[in-house]
Amino acid sequence: MVGALNNALDLMLKENDKLVVFGEDVGKDGGVFRVTDGLQAKYGDGRVFDSPLAESGIAGAAIGMAIGGMHPVAEMQFAGFMFLGFSQMVNHAARYRTRTRGNVTLPLMIRTPVSGGVKTLEHHSESPEIYWSHMGGIVVIEPSNPYDAKGLMIKALRMTDPVVFLEPTKLYRLFKQNIPDEAYEVPVGKAAVMQEGTQLTIVTYGTMAPLVKDVVAKKKTDAEIIDLRTINPIDEATIIASAKKTGRVLIVHEASMSFGVGAEVAARVAEKAIFELDAPIMRVAGPSLPYPFPAYEKYWVPNATRISQAIDKILQE
Amino acid sequence: MLSKAWDGSVNYCQMMDEQGNIDPLIFPKDLDDKKIIEMYRWMTLTRAADAKALSLQRQGRLQTYGPSMGQEATQIGTAMAMRKDDIFVPNFRQHGVFIARGLPLDVFYLYWKGYEEGCIIPKEVGGMPYIVPVATQIPHAMGIAFAQKYLKKDAAVVGFVGDGGTSEGDFYEGINFAGVWKLPLVIIIENNQWAISVPRARQTAAKTLAQKAVAAGLPGVQVDGNDVVAVYKAVTDAINNAKGGATVIECVTYRMSMHTTADDPTKYRSDADVAMWQKKDPVARVKTYLTKKGVWDDKKEQQLANDNKEEVDAAVDKAEKFKPDPKSMFTNIYSFMPDVLKAEMDAAVEADFWQEE
Repeated sequence: MVGALNNALDLMLKENDKLVVFGEDVGKDGGVFRVTDGLQAKYGDGRVFDSPLAESGIAGAAIGMAIGGMHPVAEMQFAGFMFLGFSQMVNHAARYRTRTRGNVTLPLMIRTPVSGGVKTLEHHSESPEIYWSHMGGIVVIEPSNPYDAKGLMIKALRMTDPVVFLEPTKLYRLFKQNIPDEAYEVPVGKAAVMQEGTQLTIVTYGTMAPLVKDVVAKKKTDAEIIDLRTINPIDEATIIASAKKTGRVLIVHEASMSFGVGAEVAARVAEKAIFELDAPIMRVAGPSLPYPFPAYEKYWVPNATRISQAIDKILQE
Repeated sequence: MLSKAWDGSVNYCQMMDEQGNIDPLIFPKDLDDKKIIEMYRWMTLTRAADAKALSLQRQGRLQTYGPSMGQEATQIGTAMAMRKDDIFVPNFRQHGVFIARGLPLDVFYLYWKGYEEGCIIPKEVGGMPYIVPVATQIPHAMGIAFAQKYLKKDAAVVGFVGDGGTSEGDFYEGINFAGVWKLPLVIIIENNQWAISVPRARQTAAKTLAQKAVAAGLPGVQVDGNDVVAVYKAVTDAINNAKGGATVIECVTYRMSMHTTADDPTKYRSDADVAMWQKKDPVARVKTYLTKKGVWDDKKEQQLANDNKEEVDAAVDKAEKFKPDPKSMFTNIYSFMPDVLKAEMDAAVEADFWQEE
């Protein structure tokens, strides 16, 4: 996924001369995960450059650049640090278009590595998607594979919306996938049906998507797997259609259970399809407590066993 | 071994004293009587528009409002120093800047009547809308300045912040980035002595707010913010130097009214304090100067007051005729209309939730 993202940024830097990439260590260093590796050498330090270490300043700078007619792509080094830029994002990135009734738009992207499973220090493994989704106004994208990562990033950078682009750290180098060399788009606001099935619907995204796929393959469950890809705005239609088809809905995500994406999905399924369900909606998610230190994370992150047990349970109902 | 790691100072500048006297030797050459009269006109119009807003709020015809009385010299001096293409980024009290830069007054009233449409700033005004969360606009100003430089435009960006705002991290982050990236930015610290009820002395132990620029590697100057000429000169110089980097200007002024209409300043400050600052009134000072010079009289004053009233009343009339469209809340969130958001909008229309009370 690192290569796909790097390639997407490369193509967009080439396509749009108003687009810049900046953040902490993104220049010469190429980012701590190398997502921006080589881009400064190729496009110069006027287009790909380091910023001082200040997340609110980075988010605010991006907002100002977008107001000024540019298309900034700013990196927040880790999800836990992006909260220092929270005020800028919720108070301004999310609101500028509506505040000015469409007269000022903010074409910008804030990208950050998210979620755990790679034994990092505290504050390096959070799953912050709901914070950015709740208030409305920010498009929140989280790909689960290299193909989608590239296509979603390209599509998002051709839009005039503020986008929070969440990159699951664990998936940066988890598997290889052949993807087209040229620029292509994956639709924003549209979930992917990763595989079709009839027994149950599993709604997932991010780190959990490949894990769910593995578990389902091993168990030979006839599950329909939906990868949300865009968290906000949510693709309700795809979820409801699948729920009505299978009659069983399991939601799997890494972020904490309470008030999470699973709650949103469950509520929509309950509102629109409850009489067509054969079993209660179920959720597998991280516990409702802060992400732990690295030695404890194996007890925190949902694993294959939990997902497998949840599938067994929902099929028995 | 000891040596000086930094050697610098912060200058204070006044050009027109409280009695309207000037030092002709340092008085800006480009400020002729015509231009000073124009400044006076904007200052009085700002004060008239401000007084009207306060009165409308008390009658329940306006939402919570933050008056600008007392700060006209800082605002008009800055606006007059700005060139046509320069861009300003206000907080929530720079009414004078908007007015002197040509914002139609009804748009000003629309904002304070509580409509987002009051944030639709015509391009020629060259300003961003009011920003409420304190100092969060400073990184924007910095980013807009970045865009001017990146897109090879000549414009400078003028960002406003209050004395309280200089305690915020965003203030420092904004000026620090501007220093590192050498941006065409001018930061006006509108030091009106009060952050609601907290006095200037409780914001920082630093002797001046201008010296905060030093930590970002920028020049900082302090001026008499009730002296429109000193403000004009400092901002003109900063804009002329903007291609070489940013400047921070602390304008020492006074909030003669309340923080907002929801605030009662008699709870925390003395009448004597206010009276002392009334003697330094920025508007009266210019009038005294013009009168002493023989270019202003009671007749002109009366005519100006009438003109201002007419302009303000017409703007209020226009703003009060505005009819909001609740759908505009939904249609300006994304570049596209998500199905889930459209469903919420359609449901509200269908249920007829938006009847006027």
